[in-house]
Amino acid sequence: MTTTTAPPAGAQTGTPQPGRPRKRGHRSPGEGRMAAMLLSPTLLVLALVIVYPLLSAVHQSLFRAESGLDADGFVSDVESFVGLANYADLFVGESGRRFLNAFANTTFFTVTTVFLETVLGLCLALAMNRAFRGRSFLRASILVPWAVPTAVSGLLWRWIFQSDGIANNILGSEILWTAEGNASKLAVIIAEVWKTAPFIGLLVLAGMQVIPGEVYEAARIDGAGWWRQLGSITLPLVKPTLLVAVLFRMLDALRMFDLPFVLIGSGKESVETLSMLAWDESNQLRYGSASAFAVMLFLYVAVVAIVFVKVLGADVTGAKELKLLSKKTARKNRIAANQATATADEATADLSNSDQTKTEATR
Amino acid sequence: MRQRRRTWQTLLATTATLTVAAVALTGCGGTAPEAKSTPKAAAASFEGKGPINYVSNRDASGAANKSIEEWNAAHPEEKVTFIELPDSADQQRQQLIQNAQIKSDTFSVLNLDVVWTSEFAANKWILPLPADAVPTDKMIPATVNAATYRDSLVGAPYYTDGALFYFRSDLLKAAGIAAPPKTWDEMKTACKAILALPEAAGMSCYTGQFDKNEALTVNFSEAVASAGGSIVDADGKPTVNTPEAKEGLNLLVNGFKDGMFPSDAITYLEEQGRHAFQEGKLVFMRNWPFLHASLSATDGSSQVAGKFDITSIPGTDGPGVSTLGGRSLAISPFTPNKATALEFVKFFTSEEQAQKRLALSSRAPVYASLFEDPAVVAKRPFFPTLLTSLNNAQPRPKVVQYGATTKAIQEEAYAAITGAKDTDTALKDMQAKLTELTK
Repeated sequence: MTTTTAPPAGAQTGTPQPGRPRKRGHRSPGEGRMAAMLLSPTLLVLALVIVYPLLSAVHQSLFRAESGLDADGFVSDVESFVGLANYADLFVGESGRRFLNAFANTTFFTVTTVFLETVLGLCLALAMNRAFRGRSFLRASILVPWAVPTAVSGLLWRWIFQSDGIANNILGSEILWTAEGNASKLAVIIAEVWKTAPFIGLLVLAGMQVIPGEVYEAARIDGAGWWRQLGSITLPLVKPTLLVAVLFRMLDALRMFDLPFVLIGSGKESVETLSMLAWDESNQLRYGSASAFAVMLFLYVAVVAIVFVKVLGADVTGAKELKLLSKKTARKNRIAANQATATADEATADLSNSDQTKTEATR
Repeated sequence: MRQRRRTWQTLLATTATLTVAAVALTGCGGTAPEAKSTPKAAAASFEGKGPINYVSNRDASGAANKSIEEWNAAHPEEKVTFIELPDSADQQRQQLIQNAQIKSDTFSVLNLDVVWTSEFAANKWILPLPADAVPTDKMIPATVNAATYRDSLVGAPYYTDGALFYFRSDLLKAAGIAAPPKTWDEMKTACKAILALPEAAGMSCYTGQFDKNEALTVNFSEAVASAGGSIVDADGKPTVNTPEAKEGLNLLVNGFKDGMFPSDAITYLEEQGRHAFQEGKLVFMRNWPFLHASLSATDGSSQVAGKFDITSIPGTDGPGVSTLGGRSLAISPFTPNKATALEFVKFFTSEEQAQKRLALSSRAPVYASLFEDPAVVAKRPFFPTLLTSLNNAQPRPKVVQYGATTKAIQEEAYAAITGAKDTDTALKDMQAKLTELTK
């Protein structure tokens, strides 16, 4: 019964409440309560699908299954409370080495891919924003990579990067893209940028199209050249949109899983990300450490989101909207971080076709 | 007044939602942590009749469905429903484990990969079978061994798989080599002679599957076993710090070093190897039997149709030792209809059904006698060679934590063959990791 009454109390003090009623101060307290009640189902659903999995992951991360077999060769099915030992293990020994490697890979991929995507996406948007014949065709075709499911594009790129694939044919090289090494990192970056630059391009394009033409006209009359217009009009005015797009991409890239998984393969340290590591651990039935990895990933994503908003949000026009938006994204990512395994499921489901031969072979 | 009624309605609706949610929450919170801690003794008695579910990987040939239809026609009260799992083996394992962990009675009869046997048996996710459940004396011994955990049979062998050694018979003939090589040394000598031929220009000697994948564990196990070593001993203790294991791994390491293997073989899985062999880039290849059909295709897709033959994989002193693939059927302790499940397993894995399935499926049966049936051999010419391979086969390491074990093996073997570690260090590290995993 206590649980029945607890959520509405939480709902009233929950995040959206303090801001909103104050803003609409002329409402009566009764109406405020009513609003709270109307919102409570939503908050409950959020609590169920976000807060509960998150807390459950944190709870799980404090336990560890007993290792070892009993005299008859059976696994003891006792899980013991180990406190923060799963977290401490993230920094020492073999698991620590893997965690730091995955952490470095995740960060490296996020920084490089988001930077390249932004540059490329901006160029795409500039190209699409000009009036020319076949513009709508170009826009549609730019969307194609974004529309292809990641696991499928991972497969496409795997064929391209095969040892006797198109990439080596064109380059006249014999690079082993899918083997461990820097080439595999590069392969992931290329495929990821190819896939997601259109996303930034389209968001930025939307931002560009609301810039009134008069502004440019006035600039032209004042004698501003193309570069000057870009630097003084286009970029400042699309900056809010661009920042949101970059934030989205960063949070997405931090959770990167399916592309390296399909393109290079699981267990390859050169491209192992935090999500892949969490998936792998849960696949080995070590749910405690898997949860610890997932919680760390969630914290990392949350910190990046907060820092990004705080640091860059200050000079963003319409910062509040951005803040609200990024909170939503952060929440979304919280679920995502939590359900790294669920993502893994999807990815492997998409994978299943490619794995057919493997399954056949190992049957 | 109206306003008030609406408020009441809202309140009512909200309360209802809250109650449902609260029940759901407490329900989840209450059961989840305890689910693991209630011990369940493996019931040895098989009781209860009624409908059951058979959960399995896909069978594109439709042969398994035929068997099930036949059972269902004869047992209308104990119908079997075929539940198909995804193609990816990892995902099948995950679904099976998730169902076992929540003690779901949805999955009655499980189709398990041979490498999962120990894990499922040790976690009591499958029941030990009665001694007389399956005619083990008629089955290939390695398949029975693979379905056994600590002296008790926990699965009924269903189908099996072993390695074949594909070779270019035309080139061997051209180089004047009468018989295919039986050892790695013979293979090296044969390669020298063959690669000197003008028609073999640009070819490489041999490939297996060396990408960091389950296939690497297979190839490493075979190399070690072919050199007389093993990965774990009969008690499940790791033995990769032995001279035999070193000799085995060195076969692979030196293969890359000497240029005997193509350098891109480090990215090869089954398909890439097939591709290279099919395009005439390789003289020898270790691979599974399922490629035989596509390599012999005469529609122009294979350049080596009619120019290759098969034999057992080479070893160091004589024929090598293949690892074992394949599947077996096991019974979940959580199904209420265990008697039906046991009867169905007996029926499904019987020699009669295995023979019937051969009409549709190319999966190798576990009954040795079926490999010599002339009618079968006419359709599947690789069967006699495969039987030789299987008779000499050994399962991959039988350990409970197979997933982590195979990862550790792949990690270290890959480091050795790419030159990141020398053989001794790689094997020492592998031994340490496996000791940790099997203690």
